[in-house]
Amino acid sequence: MKRNIVSAAVVAALIGSYAGVSTAASAPKVSDGVVKIGVLTDLSGTYSDLAGNGSVIAARMAVEDFQKQAKSPFKIEIVSADHQNKGDLASNKAREWFERDGVDMITDLVTTSTALAVMPVAKEKNRITMVSGAASTLITGKNCTDTNVHYTYDTYALAVGTGKAVVKQGGDTWFFLTADYAFGHSLEKDTGDVVIANGGKVLGSVRHPFPGTDFSSFLLKAQASGAKVIGLANAGTDTTNSIKQAAEFGITPKQTLAGLLMFITDVNTLGLKTAQGMYLTEGFYWDLNDETRAWSKRFFERHKKMPTMVHAGIYSSTMHYLQAVLAAGTDDTKVVMAKMKSTPVNDFFAKNARIRDDGRLVHDFYLLQVKKPEESKYPWDYYHVRQTIPANDAVVPIAKSECPLVKK
Amino acid sequence: MFELLGITPQGLYSQLLVGLINGSFYAILSLGLAVIFGMLNIINFSHGAQYMMGAFIAWLGLTQLPVWTGSADAAMSYWVALIVAPLVVGLFGILIERTMLCRLYKLDHLYGLLLTFGLALIIEGLFRDWYGISGQRYEIPESLQGAINVGFMFLPKYRAWVIVASLSVCFATWYVIERTKLGSYLRAATENPKLVQAFGVNVPLMITLTYGFGVALAAFAGVLGAPIFTVSPKMGADLIIVVFAVVVIGGMGSILGSIVTGLGLGLIEGLTKVFYPEASAVVIFVIMAIVLMVRPAGLFGRER
Amino acid sequence: MRLTRTHLGFAALIAIGAAAPLVGIYPTFLMKCWCFALFACAFNLLLGYAGLLSFGHAAFFGAAAYLAGHAIKVWGLTPELGILVGTAFATALGYVFGSLAIRRAGIYFAMVTLALAQMLYFLWLQLAFTGGEDGLQGVPRSKLFGIVDLGDNMNLYYVVFAIFVFGFLLIYRSINSPFGQVLKAIRENEPRAISLGYDVDKYKLLAFVLSAALSGLAGATKTVVFQLASLTDAHWHMSGEVVLMTLLGGMGTVFGPVVGAVIVVSLEDQLADKVGSWVQVIMGLIFVICVLAFRRGVVGELIALARRISR
Repeated sequence: MKRNIVSAAVVAALIGSYAGVSTAASAPKVSDGVVKIGVLTDLSGTYSDLAGNGSVIAARMAVEDFQKQAKSPFKIEIVSADHQNKGDLASNKAREWFERDGVDMITDLVTTSTALAVMPVAKEKNRITMVSGAASTLITGKNCTDTNVHYTYDTYALAVGTGKAVVKQGGDTWFFLTADYAFGHSLEKDTGDVVIANGGKVLGSVRHPFPGTDFSSFLLKAQASGAKVIGLANAGTDTTNSIKQAAEFGITPKQTLAGLLMFITDVNTLGLKTAQGMYLTEGFYWDLNDETRAWSKRFFERHKKMPTMVHAGIYSSTMHYLQAVLAAGTDDTKVVMAKMKSTPVNDFFAKNARIRDDGRLVHDFYLLQVKKPEESKYPWDYYHVRQTIPANDAVVPIAKSECPLVKK
Repeated sequence: MFELLGITPQGLYSQLLVGLINGSFYAILSLGLAVIFGMLNIINFSHGAQYMMGAFIAWLGLTQLPVWTGSADAAMSYWVALIVAPLVVGLFGILIERTMLCRLYKLDHLYGLLLTFGLALIIEGLFRDWYGISGQRYEIPESLQGAINVGFMFLPKYRAWVIVASLSVCFATWYVIERTKLGSYLRAATENPKLVQAFGVNVPLMITLTYGFGVALAAFAGVLGAPIFTVSPKMGADLIIVVFAVVVIGGMGSILGSIVTGLGLGLIEGLTKVFYPEASAVVIFVIMAIVLMVRPAGLFGRER
Repeated sequence: MRLTRTHLGFAALIAIGAAAPLVGIYPTFLMKCWCFALFACAFNLLLGYAGLLSFGHAAFFGAAAYLAGHAIKVWGLTPELGILVGTAFATALGYVFGSLAIRRAGIYFAMVTLALAQMLYFLWLQLAFTGGEDGLQGVPRSKLFGIVDLGDNMNLYYVVFAIFVFGFLLIYRSINSPFGQVLKAIRENEPRAISLGYDVDKYKLLAFVLSAALSGLAGATKTVVFQLASLTDAHWHMSGEVVLMTLLGGMGTVFGPVVGAVIVVSLEDQLADKVGSWVQVIMGLIFVICVLAFRRGVVGELIALARRISR
């Protein structure tokens, strides 16, 4: 009880200073004179490798580079927190950041449930969210808000990328191994639709409990179906375990595995021997060209691992946000959102990419195939880039969008 | 008949075989817990964490020892790990028992459960902090790679080995406890410690060794599981609930009970996966709930 | 009535609860504390007073959270009706689970509750209305009784605090009643209680149902505060957390669970920013230390200290 009073006094002081500033008649250019960015991510759990600390580093790099380039007239601060992939922790933290700490923009939000929990809070408090980590198309569909940007990737892009491209490469019969929860179902449905639309056939599917540990019986079913391609509609350790076990049972390389949501960190865990030949879609690959290589090497120096598309997306989106604030002369949400949507993104992450009305950044994706061990010449040299998927093919068509903000 | 049920005989047999593999794994995994509960009346909630430690030691030995000592020859092979990991983790278990658990014997059993639960949180948290959550890969040892064509499916050699190793250790343990002199001392010591101590048997030592043995069994299962599952700090937490179910259904006092139940549940799970896959996670708990209500001592147990 | 320590404690609780948000403590954090304090008190009724360790209490917390969320979001009920729906469902669930579990004692009882809670967890995972891993999002904060706007944090805070006080008083009344005495008797010496003619099972069941109902009340209220219900609320880790809160605060004491809940919620809140995975290690350490050296919990130790001093 004593503790409560002490902490109450401290917090009261903070509240007092914040309240004082924001009720000032002539508001400064940016609220409190500081642009505060919050990186809300998974620092210690299932997704901490593909996002996590790397995301915080990416955001910091963006801030430092921006301050060097633009000699910004306002201070910029970064705060970060671990939402442990829980929607309630995320929304609580977001609320605290917005109400108490003056945070202006929240980014990363890996794991769909955290993004969906934080977006309405941001809308209520009139702040911006820039989602880089989460995947569901609901973010720019039914749950879209006008203070949100969905920057890096979604399940549609993954489905269209891998699904369409694999069918065109000859993989026209599919069988799905699906994690039995909303994310897995939507990934299976999106990809199945794409396969059928491109002349392929879905021979069947089997759902495994989430999270699963042993997939042998489900994989045997997939094998029995005789499908050319086994689509893995799952993520994280479910995916890596399925892949390992498929190799064990001699299912690969006879049948091809398509990892519908995979990151370079997963390939790193599995090793090329196990993952070789797999198809996957990502929005970024560090080794694409000189620009991506240059940035990724800088990232590697700080994080000791190559960046995933989430990391790259956070750098790019944070930079885009800061540039919009500078150009608009304020951090007011409505003005900055408008500026971000009207300015194209042109950096190592995306070329001539635009943010649509529903918040989705429309940019290219890449169909990748994992190299064989003997084809890899240096660390993290993991992929062949098989195809570039043009930006407009990789997003839900406006006509099909369920977002009320979109004019059809 | 098979066509009516919508599956091929090949499909059924392969799923049953997989069920057998899983069942033997459940059996060896639950054995340590059954020994500790059967002999000591302690629910060892840190069983999952100790299983994970076994797997990690195998992985560390194989991949990190060469790095630390600078010599590639220092790598601990799978076969060595099968012995070293249980020893190391078993010793750790003995340490826990001597420093912490023994203080709780006079109290309600609930405290032992809570202590081991807290220990599990600590161990898992530490490993998470040191190694992250993505998991490490552990290769199947060379001699066990490849598969055997048994006609209706390709049975990976490693999985066949799991069946053999699990069942051998299970039955060896059962034999020692139920049929040898040492085993009878152990059983007597836990049923009536004061009397047995009066006979000159060092009861506290028996108890300590029993706990250490149960923990070593968990670690052994960990090494067996390392090549199949990704070696990650949460690998134990994922399985611990299933292990409880096996031990509870089998009968919390009976070694044979948990062995038979482990196998049985593996087979039932396999069958469920054929006909109604979404229920495969729940079926174990449904059975657990039913058994607990109808025959609470478990299928083979005696209520205490 | 003599002014006992309990009365003083209660007065302090009311004073703190009423004043805390006014001195600037973040209201949402406080509301979380009260919801979990209620949950822990409800759990303590079963563990500390009836002597039954349930490892599946998250089932009631989570079930009420989902039902209340669904009632408010989809059926459009006002918050108080939504909370009522959630609590009613948890009560019914408590009756069913309790009847099944009471037949057994000790460790077996704990295992039955765990098994039943797990079955329910997997059910929630499958059903569409829970939103599975995404959770039940965007539960609106509408008007209480159609009048009081709960969108205002302060309004909501006092409503939540009032709910907590109501639950707390209900538990207090139950403990200090003939019913509570019988429970105590059962916990101390069950065979004796039976020989005295008490229908032991009925008392245990009643305690179980009451505990489940109030856990449900806590869960439903939490949904209104955070505007979402998720699988975390029904996971066995949640069952473990409430055990920790009760143990740390002091089993079998009136204020113990409240203190325990506040400490655990504060720790998690403060540490999540700084130390990530160490939160789990620290929770584990607290568990271990409590079990080995601190079994009476914070409040229990304080009471023992007070008694020693007054000698």
